[in-house]
Amino acid sequence: MNRIEEHLSKLKAQGRKAFIPYIMAGYPDVKTTEKVFSMLQDVGADVVELGVPFTDPLADGPVIQEAASVALKNGLTLKRVLSLLKSLRRSYSLPVVLMTYYNPVYKYGLSRFFRDASKAGVDGLIVPDLPPDEADELIEYSRKYRMATIFLAAPTSTDDRIRLVTERSTGFVYYVSITGITGSKIQITREMEKMIKKIKSYTEVPVCVGFGVKKPQEAKRIAEIADGVIVGSSIVKQMTGDLRKLRKYLRELRKAI
Amino acid sequence: MKKNKKGYFGQYGGRYVPETLIPALEELEREFRRLWKDREFKATFRALLKDYVGRPTPLYYASRLSEHLGGARIYLKREDLTHTGAHKINNALGQALLAKAMGKKRLIAETGAGQHGVATATGAAMVGLECEIYMGAEDVRRQALNVFRMQLLGARVTEVNAGSRTLKDAINEALRDWTTNVRNTHYVLGTVFGPHPYPTIVREFQSVIGKEARRQILKAERRLPDYLIACVGGGSNAMGLFSGFLKDEDVKMIGVEAGGKGIRSGLHAARFAGGSVGVFQGCRSYLLQDRNGNVLGTHSVSAGLDYASVGPEHAYLHDIKRVRYTYATDREALRAFEVLSKTEGIIPALESAHAVAEAIKLAPRLKKSAIIIVNLSGRGDKDVPQVARMKGYNVKL
Repeated sequence: MNRIEEHLSKLKAQGRKAFIPYIMAGYPDVKTTEKVFSMLQDVGADVVELGVPFTDPLADGPVIQEAASVALKNGLTLKRVLSLLKSLRRSYSLPVVLMTYYNPVYKYGLSRFFRDASKAGVDGLIVPDLPPDEADELIEYSRKYRMATIFLAAPTSTDDRIRLVTERSTGFVYYVSITGITGSKIQITREMEKMIKKIKSYTEVPVCVGFGVKKPQEAKRIAEIADGVIVGSSIVKQMTGDLRKLRKYLRELRKAI
Repeated sequence: MKKNKKGYFGQYGGRYVPETLIPALEELEREFRRLWKDREFKATFRALLKDYVGRPTPLYYASRLSEHLGGARIYLKREDLTHTGAHKINNALGQALLAKAMGKKRLIAETGAGQHGVATATGAAMVGLECEIYMGAEDVRRQALNVFRMQLLGARVTEVNAGSRTLKDAINEALRDWTTNVRNTHYVLGTVFGPHPYPTIVREFQSVIGKEARRQILKAERRLPDYLIACVGGGSNAMGLFSGFLKDEDVKMIGVEAGGKGIRSGLHAARFAGGSVGVFQGCRSYLLQDRNGNVLGTHSVSAGLDYASVGPEHAYLHDIKRVRYTYATDREALRAFEVLSKTEGIIPALESAHAVAEAIKLAPRLKKSAIIIVNLSGRGDKDVPQVARMKGYNVKL
């Protein structure tokens, strides 16, 4: 079992839900990333999703697009994200999932990437443009290095797709709350509840929900029907402002989940 | 073409998109397979190609150009004479019919030069669907006339200000829209690129070019050509022409990419000359990228070739050496633009001028009995204001 599986199954046994914040590495600068990372540990985040900037983030809305473009200007290549994480690992032990588009990993070379990512303390991967059908090689390496492969399920997913996604996901299944991109407006509906139930009927792996979660009230309602809540754009949006306000917001989210 | 794995050409292709879109791609694949065999659908498509698009397009012997160059006999496949002025209409119309048959209410598309946007807006108007076109802000500026043309056809044109503000950013935005509105919207991808099944669907809709050209050259010359030349942005006009001759081993094929200001300058869109294998916007192919896997900016005088990657089937044909890929620089393309205008009275699109530029290089080195077919994929009216500006004329548009 890796760190994510261990931690999430402990939560499950205690009947608690996971709070999974997303931050973009190097946005607005490396110093802030380090500060916020420590803040996330303080407020009791369960898993951190660390975003790797990419020139063409086609699953992301304007907030994360902008953050990626700033982070790239700051020189945050995949290699630098890994070394940033490696240095954070000296002080923090919470599980980290890398959220990256596929091309930087592909260009890095899978064998070299897994070796370096494992040394840096990456516990799992979310690659939004790599559906499980195309992920044979990535899965093989992930198993070898005991990293979680977190695939996405969507409101449009058919039964066959749900079966494939759940079979190949370890750590957790990422349920995309809406048909849309990150930072869109979430709608917590009966349909969503039904989909989560359906996905859970296929797997023991926890199901966490993201895309568009903003208000603590929304996080609370999702935590009632899923195993965890992922919050991205609305955290990233506040990273350029007063970090005390961000800390307060993170505490509220933690409390709600 | 040979496929190892579903949706692959050799190691190229695939379906690298977010999960939300996978069911839509599966549906599209299923429906295309069904309708492409359906007699009624094919008859409708064929009739529209004839009566609406104006097919077959002529295969024209360019005698003055051939004499001027003093070598091979050059034929032009006149896709510039189609309705809306470029080969793009073949695919846009096919996909509009497909979307209608699938019960979709809305079409979206990306566009670079504006030709595919115009073609999609035309298709949408003809079958009666809503239409929204994404276009990079830089291209909106370069191709103002086509923006107005799309609006005239009832489409909404959305300017994309992200990234490099060109074709690739328009595709990102179209994919985001599709992800959001996938239930009622069909994405009319304009070239043999993107996630499976698009490279195959677009090739099939464009294959009419090669089928006609093969028949026409056999009639005119009683033999097959020695060379085919086509420009390659994403590569749909080239795939359309080449697909009719792939089994004819003696027919050599040349794909011409945008050399921009030269490969060393870094300002170009020559993916085979200057790129490496990557995964981008839905498929694995050659890609202009830095060593960290971020996508590089591109440059070409022609908006339609100004793109960082290339169709996966081209990547495969490149590796097996069935097609030779080269490039023409901005300067060479502009010269070809003028040469064809003056020798034949045909103003080519700047994209197609890249193919003409290669013919200008190649023809004088061949025997007079040799035959070249150049795919004249589009007409140059849209480029006249830009070329005028570059030459210092003050044309207001």
